Amino acid sequence: MKLSRKWLNEFVTVDANDKDFAEAMTLSGSKVETTEDLGAEIQNVVAGRIQSMERHPNSDHMWVCQLDVGKGEPVQIVTGAWNIHEGDMVPVALHKSLLPGGKKIEKGKLRGILSNGMLCSLSELGLDERDFPYAVIEPAALLNDYKPLDPEKPSIPAGVTPGYKIYGAVKAVFVTSVENLGDGRFVIHCDSGGTYHTVTTTLANIHAHDTVALDTDREHICTLADLHAQQAEFPHCIPDGIFVLHEEGVQPGGDIRPVINADDHVVEFEITPNRPDCLSIIGLAREAAATFDVPLRLHDPVVKGGAAGSLTELLDVETPDPDLCPRYTARMVRNVKIGPSPKWMRERLRSMGVRPINNIVDITNYVMLEYGQPMHAFDYRYVKGGKIIVRRAVDGEELTTLDGNVRKLTSNMLVIADDTRAVGLAGVMGGLNSEIVEDTADVVFESANFDGACIRKTALALGMRTEASAKFEKGLDPLNTLPAVDRACELVELLGAGEVLDGVIDVLNHVPQPTVLQLRPDKINALLGTDIPTEEMQAILKRLDFGVDGETITVPSWRGDVEHYADLAEEAARFHGYNNIPCTLQRGETTRGGYTPEQQLERNLGAVCRSCGYSEIITYSFISPACYDKIRWAPDEPLRTSLKILNPLGEDTSIMRTTALPSMLETLQRNCNYRNKSARLYEIGKIYLPGGPDGLANEPKMVTLGAYGEGMDFFVMKGAVEALLREIRAQDVSFQPCSSDPSYHPGRCAVIRAGGEQIGVIGQIHPLVARNYDVDAELYCAELSFDALLAAQGPGAEYTPLPRFPAVSRDIALVCREEITVGALEACIRRTGGKLLREVVLFDIYRGAGIDAGSKSVAFSLTLRADDRSIVAAEADEEVQAILAALEKELGAVLR
Amino acid sequence: MKEQLAKIKAEALSAFAQAKDAAGLDALRVKYLGKKGELTGVLKMMGKLSPAERPVMGQLANDVRAALETALEESGKKLEAAALELRLKAEAVDVTIPGQPVSLGHRHPMYIALDEIKDIFIGMGFEVLEGPEVELAVYNFDKLNAGEDHPSRDWSDTFYFDQDSRVMLRSQTSPMQVRAMETRPLPIRVIAPGRVYRKDEVDATHSPMFHQVEGLVIDKGVTMADLKGTLNTVVEQLYGAGTKTRFRPHHFPFTEPSCEMDVQCHKCGGAGCPTCKGEGWIELLGAGMVHPRVLEMAGIDSEVYTGWAFGIGLERTALRRFKIADMRLIFENDVRFLEQF
Repeated sequence: MKLSRKWLNEFVTVDANDKDFAEAMTLSGSKVETTEDLGAEIQNVVAGRIQSMERHPNSDHMWVCQLDVGKGEPVQIVTGAWNIHEGDMVPVALHKSLLPGGKKIEKGKLRGILSNGMLCSLSELGLDERDFPYAVIEPAALLNDYKPLDPEKPSIPAGVTPGYKIYGAVKAVFVTSVENLGDGRFVIHCDSGGTYHTVTTTLANIHAHDTVALDTDREHICTLADLHAQQAEFPHCIPDGIFVLHEEGVQPGGDIRPVINADDHVVEFEITPNRPDCLSIIGLAREAAATFDVPLRLHDPVVKGGAAGSLTELLDVETPDPDLCPRYTARMVRNVKIGPSPKWMRERLRSMGVRPINNIVDITNYVMLEYGQPMHAFDYRYVKGGKIIVRRAVDGEELTTLDGNVRKLTSNMLVIADDTRAVGLAGVMGGLNSEIVEDTADVVFESANFDGACIRKTALALGMRTEASAKFEKGLDPLNTLPAVDRACELVELLGAGEVLDGVIDVLNHVPQPTVLQLRPDKINALLGTDIPTEEMQAILKRLDFGVDGETITVPSWRGDVEHYADLAEEAARFHGYNNIPCTLQRGETTRGGYTPEQQLERNLGAVCRSCGYSEIITYSFISPACYDKIRWAPDEPLRTSLKILNPLGEDTSIMRTTALPSMLETLQRNCNYRNKSARLYEIGKIYLPGGPDGLANEPKMVTLGAYGEGMDFFVMKGAVEALLREIRAQDVSFQPCSSDPSYHPGRCAVIRAGGEQIGVIGQIHPLVARNYDVDAELYCAELSFDALLAAQGPGAEYTPLPRFPAVSRDIALVCREEITVGALEACIRRTGGKLLREVVLFDIYRGAGIDAGSKSVAFSLTLRADDRSIVAAEADEEVQAILAALEKELGAVLR
Repeated sequence: MKEQLAKIKAEALSAFAQAKDAAGLDALRVKYLGKKGELTGVLKMMGKLSPAERPVMGQLANDVRAALETALEESGKKLEAAALELRLKAEAVDVTIPGQPVSLGHRHPMYIALDEIKDIFIGMGFEVLEGPEVELAVYNFDKLNAGEDHPSRDWSDTFYFDQDSRVMLRSQTSPMQVRAMETRPLPIRVIAPGRVYRKDEVDATHSPMFHQVEGLVIDKGVTMADLKGTLNTVVEQLYGAGTKTRFRPHHFPFTEPSCEMDVQCHKCGGAGCPTCKGEGWIELLGAGMVHPRVLEMAGIDSEVYTGWAFGIGLERTALRRFKIADMRLIFENDVRFLEQF
């Protein structure tokens, strides 16, 4: 919400500079986003009167002007513009001046002649013709500026003399003198070869000694269009030039900024959705008055009325859907004269970022900004049957809105209709078929209150959130419609834009009851931790126009957000000052705080992953359904059943993942694509399985590892997984070959178990899956269930006495069939080893010379020890013999 | 004989001093002090001396032996020191050669920021709660005082799993307030970090999935002054002692009064600069006193208990903490990014 401080000052006098104003308003709850000094970019630009002007001696198109800029001595300025005349008041950018866009003006010479500044056009001042419609420049076709498109075939011969007949009654005439009437009109004295003419024109570029084309029948000086000429043929006869001021009270030397409203300051607020009343000048003025504790000056609109006719005979309003239209207020204006609105109104609209259009439309916008009540104006002649019906649209009904778009409506939308068709989309935008146009004669002003949710849903469904709908959707004050429509009619009369009919049509379907609350000062102070006196609370509420009768508080109609003592506490707090509330530390019963065992485990697992060289990633919880195909899950894989988002951003983020593998693979793929040589990553994140309580998901966590690149293979990743299992002191850990997981290499994949329970899976990603992710490298992943890890945690550490007696070690190399796994050999050794066997460590696997094809040699180092004595070699050998016997018998493994 | 002894002493001392290495010195020891050495040779002639001369000569010979042995030991030590010096010189390494690499993984920057916040609150007696991301609209909206018509319930803003808009992806961590109030004994002091989801397209400052940390305190006599004091303490721990803060009125459906907390811009000290967009303050978090209606809906007597709550966006905190310009980097997980933290 933008706020013109000039406009604000109509209601409340606040002298604070922008910074102080912004700070104070922000701290009382109206957050200021930006402040802008509209004139900050204009400096040392003044009004100047042209005293005399001469043609530049060294140029065929420039003028040398002497200007009175209030300094006694005239100032000389050279300009290339042709629309100026002696006596004109123009904006003068003096030496060392500043113009919008950071343009600096300094004195200098133009073709040898000193120019002490620059005369300014509208655009050079950051304005356009909508700001000053009278400043539109229409040029005459000056024959002395004629440049034939084809030099061989000129339409007008060079050096035409007065009286030369161009066509029909149009003759070349020589301008002997020009009289500036000072109101945008000029009296031209000219000679058509012995015959003298005097013509009054608004064409602004004619000076003595010019030659122009005169239609001698119509006494009309021809424009380019009259001569069917192109711009290129008259390069200097352009509809552009200096902004010639026609403003009251402007003196030479006076600052240009007040003249063009560049002395205003605009403050932009972020208004929270609970405060639609602050989406208006009056609402913000009330906040400002309360913030600075100064009086608020409101104005009751006064409408004279008295136009001929009876409103009730001309107009009838029906509201068949009263729930969607709590109130509909309308007045009528006859004999409307459409035209531009006055400068002050246009300036205020412009300051607030609203484009002026015409007096009637400008009035509706003006009232919307001032009162916060959206208004709409219809052309009465298009309201068939003199009847306005506020009804639900018929499904499929079409309406062309003011922006020219055809809208297809549904029965959830509210339209303003006449007997036969919709003429507007209630609270959103008017219809093109009832737009205010140049010849509009009778106007209906609508000032209504619509159901916020209905308007919001309509605007959303049609993708057309407008200034009006943005206000309605927050829920407006139904009591505001009448003052607003009266204000519009008052402005019509003030602007002389038409005659207001007596009376108001006011359909009141819902009479709001005021909210009455008890103040409860003790409770408020207890909530805030303050000692604000009751009187201060009452004073604050009075400043905000609450009804205060002792501790009985009547909430004003525009404050629908205040329903509870806590709301009154906020009102008291924000004007007492949030920053005046003391800072205390929590008291009361202490709580233990800290991490749960689950959270502690999660932290520990992350720390182990990082110490193994894996970095943490965060990936999206939603994935594409195509991911399940990419990881080669069977079509009937039960985990394909995922929670599906009905309104996803896109297919790629449309289902909740039931596996974290695709997220990891995408991350590995992205790192490959970035040409990162290697990556080791982990994520501890949730998966989302349908079937939770209340229709929600079960959301278990997964620990996912993923890696590729130099030095990475199955066993490197397995080392990290083993480290994780050691960290949790898991017991009975095993890795069993798994060839059935479709996402993994069938020969390089294992199911991880601990204590008989499955923990997860580890392996090389199947080359076909890698190909699905456009990766050539070998990818390795492990997926571990966090809950399974939690359950597999072994008992806490307990000290075992350090050995006091020496150990004996025996290395054994076993030859066995290729299919016998190391795990099977080791398990057999451990099982058959007696009490003395303390450690079994694999140290070599050999294939090749000396070993039969299809066999391998596997070497273990065994450590044997007793706790109570030194063992002798014979004891150790006996134990090893027993182990070897078992290995041969059970696995066919023999000592090499 | 006396002369002989003196000669041996002089020769031997000179030879010992000139010995080049331990082996050479040992050879000299044998030559002079060995069983067949020169001094021994002279001593063997002692028998030929008169009894009167014998003790004198014996004493003299012993003195010479002692002198030689001392000299021998000294020379030995010198040689040893020289040899050690030589060895150490030969063993010198180029200490500028890089060390054997140990690659440690890295914590994601956003979780570094989260850990800092968690640690501060745990130190103040808070517990960390986790809860469902696939959430009931009742918890995400209704029980937080955001009624049927609240705009954030629109399908354009929130992800839904059913046509009735009953099950959704939580759009804030605030439903954890309700879950905490409904399930936990009073008093409550919890924070609830986690993922939240809103229908925003990905760009430099938006992501459809992001993270918040919710905080909730419910007890008898809890005041807005407590809220301010506690959050100020947190900010001082996060941003350093003496960090200036301010509280501004704001609006959230589930707190009343509501506020936003700003910290003074660390770059400009409040004067206004591009970092703080000229405001001098940087918005940090939203907070407020738990709305009495929210307490009542959760079955807590609002006449007896009060509470305060806050919510902070984690991405923006991490981005600011590590001066990361683009939120997309957070979820891209490029190792070149991750390894910087």
